[in-house]
Amino acid sequence: MAEVQLKNVSKSFADTSAITDMTFGIDDGEFVVLLGPTGAGKTTTLRLIAGLENCDAGSIEIDGTVVNHYTPAQRNVAMVFQQYSLYPHLSVRDNLAFPLRSPILKTPEDEITRKVNEVAEILHIPNKLDNKATELSGGEMQRVSIGRALVRDPAIFLMDEPLSSLDAKLRADLRVELKRLQAEMKKTLLYVTHDQIEAMTMASQIGVLDEGRLVQFGTPRDIYQNPNSTYVAARLGQPRINLLPSGLFGENGPQGASQIGLRPENIEVGKGRDAHILRVEHLGDQTRLHLKFVEHDLVTLIDAHSDYQEGETIQISAVDPLFFDAAGSRIS
Amino acid sequence: MSSFSVTDTSSRTKRIAGTLVIVYALITMLPLVWIGATGFKSPADAISYPPKVVFSPTLEGYVNLFTTRTRQTQEYLQNNPPTNWADEIVRQYDMVIVGPSKFGERFLNSVIIGFGSTFLSIFLGTLAAYAFSRFKIPLADDLLFFILSTRMMPPIAVAIPIFLMYRNLGLSDTHLGMILLYTAVNISLAVWLLKGFIDEIPREYEEAALIDGYTRFQAFYKVVLPQAATGIASTAIFCLIFAWNEYAFAVLLTSATAQTAPPFIPTIIGIGGLDWPAVAAGATLFLLPVMIFTIMLRKHLLRGITFGAVRK
Repeated sequence: MAEVQLKNVSKSFADTSAITDMTFGIDDGEFVVLLGPTGAGKTTTLRLIAGLENCDAGSIEIDGTVVNHYTPAQRNVAMVFQQYSLYPHLSVRDNLAFPLRSPILKTPEDEITRKVNEVAEILHIPNKLDNKATELSGGEMQRVSIGRALVRDPAIFLMDEPLSSLDAKLRADLRVELKRLQAEMKKTLLYVTHDQIEAMTMASQIGVLDEGRLVQFGTPRDIYQNPNSTYVAARLGQPRINLLPSGLFGENGPQGASQIGLRPENIEVGKGRDAHILRVEHLGDQTRLHLKFVEHDLVTLIDAHSDYQEGETIQISAVDPLFFDAAGSRIS
Repeated sequence: MSSFSVTDTSSRTKRIAGTLVIVYALITMLPLVWIGATGFKSPADAISYPPKVVFSPTLEGYVNLFTTRTRQTQEYLQNNPPTNWADEIVRQYDMVIVGPSKFGERFLNSVIIGFGSTFLSIFLGTLAAYAFSRFKIPLADDLLFFILSTRMMPPIAVAIPIFLMYRNLGLSDTHLGMILLYTAVNISLAVWLLKGFIDEIPREYEEAALIDGYTRFQAFYKVVLPQAATGIASTAIFCLIFAWNEYAFAVLLTSATAQTAPPFIPTIIGIGGLDWPAVAAGATLFLLPVMIFTIMLRKHLLRGITFGAVRK
C-alpha cells in the first residue's frame, strides 16, 4: 500500500475540459471518496491514476515517484469497474487468478490457488469458483470483480461506482462489507460515487467534484458541517439543505452575506416567524414538513410522532445558519 | 379452445415449417448426392438414361482419378498378372497402371494455398480490424473505404496487370504467389467482418487486463482474441471457401508447380474420353475439406451469419 498525490492535474477531451487543475493526496490506508454528479470528472480522475488516460498537465505520484509515463501495469494499481468487466470466457477461478498470472507478478500456481481460495472465502463465493463468469448474479459478479482486485497487493485500489448497478439491499450489504475489508486489511482506496450515503458512510476523506474541479476536500463530518459553497452544501444531506436570501429571520450575517443555508435539523419549530405547512410526509422514523416561508419552500424534520396537519401555520426560527455570498461561496 | 400466443408457435405451424425446411434441404443436397454417387458408378452407369439410382458400386472412378494408365497387348497382360486390386480393376479395359496421377499433388496445392491464404487473411485482418476498432487512426474512414473498394470490381478484371506483374516478380506458378493473391482479395472481407465483431467487444475488458498487469498485446491475445473467436471462425470459413473454389486466377497463373485442384479436375475429361466417374470422384474429394472445416466451426458460424443483428 502506498500514498498517491495528484498535483495540478488537467485533462481535456477534444474541446471539453474534463479535469481542471486538480490537487489532492491520498494517505496510506485511507478510504477517499470522490463525490459528484455524472460528468463531474470522477471516472476520468480514476482513469488518470490508473494510467488508462494520460494527463495534459500536472503530475501524478505514487509513493513519491512521478508515474505520468508509466503504463497501467507499471503503476501497480487495481481497479473495480462499474460494469464488473469480468472476462466472460473464463471461469470465476481464472478471473480471480488472472492478475496473478500476469507477466509482472508471475505467481507460482500453488500460491495462486491459496490466494484465490482465500479471497473467495472473504467474499463468500467459494462455491462459485468453477462457474463461468457469465453464470453469476449481479451481486456475485461484483464480488468477483472486487476479488480480482483483492488478490493483488497493489499501491491503491480504484473503484468506479462499484455498487451503482446493484439493488438497494445488496448495495447496503456490500457497502458495509467493503468498509470492513478496507479497515481490516488497511488498504488504500479511492472510490468514486454519486451516492452521498456511500460517501458519508465509507469515507475517511471526501473530495467533492464540480465540473472537473475539486471544490472541497475533507472528512465527511467537516464537509457536512462546514461546506465552503452552496454547491457542496447541497451535495450532502437528505433532505437537502434549504437555501434562502439572508435576513428573513432577522439574523445578523457577516459582511457580504446574501444567502443562508439551513439544514432541516437547523430549523427550530415552535417560535419565531410564521410558516405555512404545505405537506406532511410520515417516513416512520421521522416526519418531514414541507413549508412555505415568505415565498420560499423549506423542508424540515420533526419528531416522528408529532401530528401537524396540512394548512396549519407554525412558527420557525433558524439555528446556526451557514452564510454564503451572492456567488455561493461560504462566508464565516 | 387454446389462446393465441405470439411467442409459442402452434404445432401446425411447426409441422409446416419443418416440412418446408426438409424439402429445401433435399433439393439443395440432390446435386451433392448425385456427385457422390456418380463417383462410385461405372462409366456406362454414369451416363445411362434414365439415371440409375440403384447400381453396383465400383472404385473405378477413384482408381482412374489417382492413376495414369496405358493400354497393353494381350501377351503383356497374360505374362504380367495384376499386382493389386486397383490394377485388377483397370485390366478389364486391357489397361495397366503405370503411375500416380497429378491429383494428389494438385489437391495438396489446394490445401497449402487455401489454408495458407486463409490463415494470412485472418492474421492480417484481425490485427488491422483491432487497430481500426481501438486506436485513433488518421483518415481511418477513408482507409476503410479504400480497403473495401478493392472488392468493388470482380477480381478477374485486373487479371492482365496481375499476370504481367507476377511474371516480372517471379511469382507466377508459385504457392507464395497464389497465397498472396487470394489474401489480397480476402483481406477486405476479413477486415470489415472482423472490425464489426471486435467493435462489439467492450473496451473495459482490455482496460481491466492492462490494469491487471498485461501489456496491450497480451491483453489483445488473452482477452480480445478468445471473445472474437466466433467472428474469426466465420470469417475464416468465408475466406477458405473463396480461396478453395477460385478457378479463373488458378487457370491463368498456375501450371506445372502450383496448380490447384479446380483447374486440374476438368483436365481429367481430356484423358481417355469423358471419364465422368473420375471427375465426380475428384469433385467429391474436393468438397470434403471445406465441409469438414465448416462442420468443425459450425457452432460459431450460426452466430457469425447473424452478427450485428443481436447483442449478447
